[in-house]
Amino acid sequence: MPTLINQRQLLTDQWVHVDDAAELPALVPVLVSLARWQHDRLLLAARQAPLGVLLSTHHTASDIAEHLHSFGLVTIHFPKFTDGRDYSIARTLRERFGYRGELRAAGNVLRDQLFNMARVGFNAFLLRDGQDVDAALAAFRDFSKAYQVSVERPIPLFRRRAAVSA
Amino acid sequence: MLRIAIPYGLLAARQFRKLAAIARQFDRGYGHFSTRQNLQLNWPRLEDVPDMLEALASVEMHAIQTSGNCVRNVTTDHFASVAPDEIVDSFVWCELVRQWSTFHPEFSFLPRKFKIAVNGALNDRTAALVHDIGLNAIRADDGAIGFQVIVGGGLGRTPVIGHVIREFLPWQHLLTYLDAILRVYNRYGRRDNKYKARIKILVREKTPEVFTREIEEEWAHLKDGPATLIEAEIQRIEARFNRPSYETLPVHHAALAELLATDRAFAAWYRRNVHPHKMPGYAAVSLSLKKTGVPPGDVTSDQMEAIADLADRYSFGELRVSHEQNLILADVQQSDLHAVWRRARELGLATPNIGLLTNIIACPGGDFCSLANAKSLPIAAAIQERFDDLYFLHDIGELDLNISGCINSCGHHHVGHIGILGVDKANEEWYQVSIGGSQGVNASLGKVIGPSFAQDEIPDVVGRLLDCYVARRESDDERFIDVVRRIGIEPFKETVYANTHQSATTSH
Ligand code: SF4
Repeated sequence: MPTLINQRQLLTDQWVHVDDAAELPALVPVLVSLARWQHDRLLLAARQAPLGVLLSTHHTASDIAEHLHSFGLVTIHFPKFTDGRDYSIARTLRERFGYRGELRAAGNVLRDQLFNMARVGFNAFLLRDGQDVDAALAAFRDFSKAYQVSVERPIPLFRRRAAVSA
Repeated sequence: MLRIAIPYGLLAARQFRKLAAIARQFDRGYGHFSTRQNLQLNWPRLEDVPDMLEALASVEMHAIQTSGNCVRNVTTDHFASVAPDEIVDSFVWCELVRQWSTFHPEFSFLPRKFKIAVNGALNDRTAALVHDIGLNAIRADDGAIGFQVIVGGGLGRTPVIGHVIREFLPWQHLLTYLDAILRVYNRYGRRDNKYKARIKILVREKTPEVFTREIEEEWAHLKDGPATLIEAEIQRIEARFNRPSYETLPVHHAALAELLATDRAFAAWYRRNVHPHKMPGYAAVSLSLKKTGVPPGDVTSDQMEAIADLADRYSFGELRVSHEQNLILADVQQSDLHAVWRRARELGLATPNIGLLTNIIACPGGDFCSLANAKSLPIAAAIQERFDDLYFLHDIGELDLNISGCINSCGHHHVGHIGILGVDKANEEWYQVSIGGSQGVNASLGKVIGPSFAQDEIPDVVGRLLDCYVARRESDDERFIDVVRRIGIEPFKETVYANTHQSATTSH
């Protein structure tokens, strides 16, 4: 089973990923694809259990922006670690659409990218197999400072610095 | 190859000494300056790289974001902060862009590499029009500072002059606007084909109008957000560039005129390699890395150390790298010019050819680069040898000759007045020649004159192009590029290809 880091801790994954054609299990939190959700929206909303949606890298935050209250989990899949579109999706979900729930990176999630993923708003990480878990947990401390605006630190360094010296 | 970042081409003498030491200890005692204002070492051993990086870190240097699909080193005018035509000090804005782009959390995995140039002067010495983003500083009538934003220029296999997507962006919004551009590119830039992944292709496929609209829509969400720049930060960065405390000097140093009148070699160097400075009594000096017989942009460790000494003694301990692959001492007193020249001459760095034909821009080409179709350095050497006569060179006047070993265009051949490109024909090295390219405010892309040539024909071809130019120019002030613009490429073509058969046989 892939390793899940959530809020900087190792956790067991409670969510059941349901394939598009598979039947929905009762009473457990399920993660479905965007297509499935679009197709079975009413059915899914009527369930008495948390719902998560899985986005692919070619989707955009706007695809689910109006329905964020329906989701307890948004997972974005990384087909390759070099595909950077997911960072923009994550940041836009948080900054523009105010999503506050669990935002999970899945797929090719490697130790070296965790720091930046956390900065753009991911707070859960389904590591690709074979990653060293301790190294992964340490990745969130790779750098102590960052220049830019990010979801983690919405005020850029130059403003924080100006505030201190004012 | 290890590529070392030199942010906006600015170096302290102590950093330069460290680079000299690194090249000597871990490489073959020399380095190569690229057109990106960076330093490349060709032969490091992989196992030495950690030690090299540690040595770099000891002088606050690194190799971060010098490759990969991220925002690369921001480049600028090598006369930044000393040029008389300066509107703003480019270094301040480059530093802001450097900070913004360093480990940007959202844009570290773009579709392709991304290059930004900042031009703070009236004349453009940064090739802003052929960058992914070019920023031209503007001072509005009311004194407000802002930037003209150009997107989607580039060289490579699809050369494009960039599009102006905003005429005036007030400086406060620089970073949020960059975020908006990069976000649209990150989202929609092609990732299926690396040859179509640069932003220029996206701008073309969407059309500049649609692209601009999407940027503006994205920007509407970011504008006035926390990344909006504040005066305090501009002042803080300005203060961090410890600009020299200039002495109050007369505009013209009296003894200089006399030296120029009596010492012809010095005068020739002064004419080409000394540049105006905004402070009276000071000048900027180009140290030419284009001596005949030396690959363009190459400098040995011994030279680096001697140059660092020159910088310490005559130019406040600072140096710049130009994108034309030369080094600049930016703050030399006029009274020191003769001494600087004498020393530069001893070091082989005083070739008086800045702006002239032999100031060739060339990529490392087939001798070093695995992507090359053809060698570029021997071509540069052959041209430099053939046109070694200074009187002839000065008579020909301003001429940019650029050479790339393949269509990746690291030698910027598209914007050379004469551009030479290595091509592969049935596994043989051939060269395609174009004319009429230029950089600067009126940047243009060169046009290919016809079928390509063998290596040993190239000096003749250049000679014929020059013959045609000399025959057709209307005055000594009319430069090669002006003549090409006035009469087009046809007359040049005719001169070059007339009796080619004969010339091909005589040259063998
Ligand atoms: S232009 Fe081609 S040959 Fe020259 S350095 Fe670039 S990739 Fe190599």
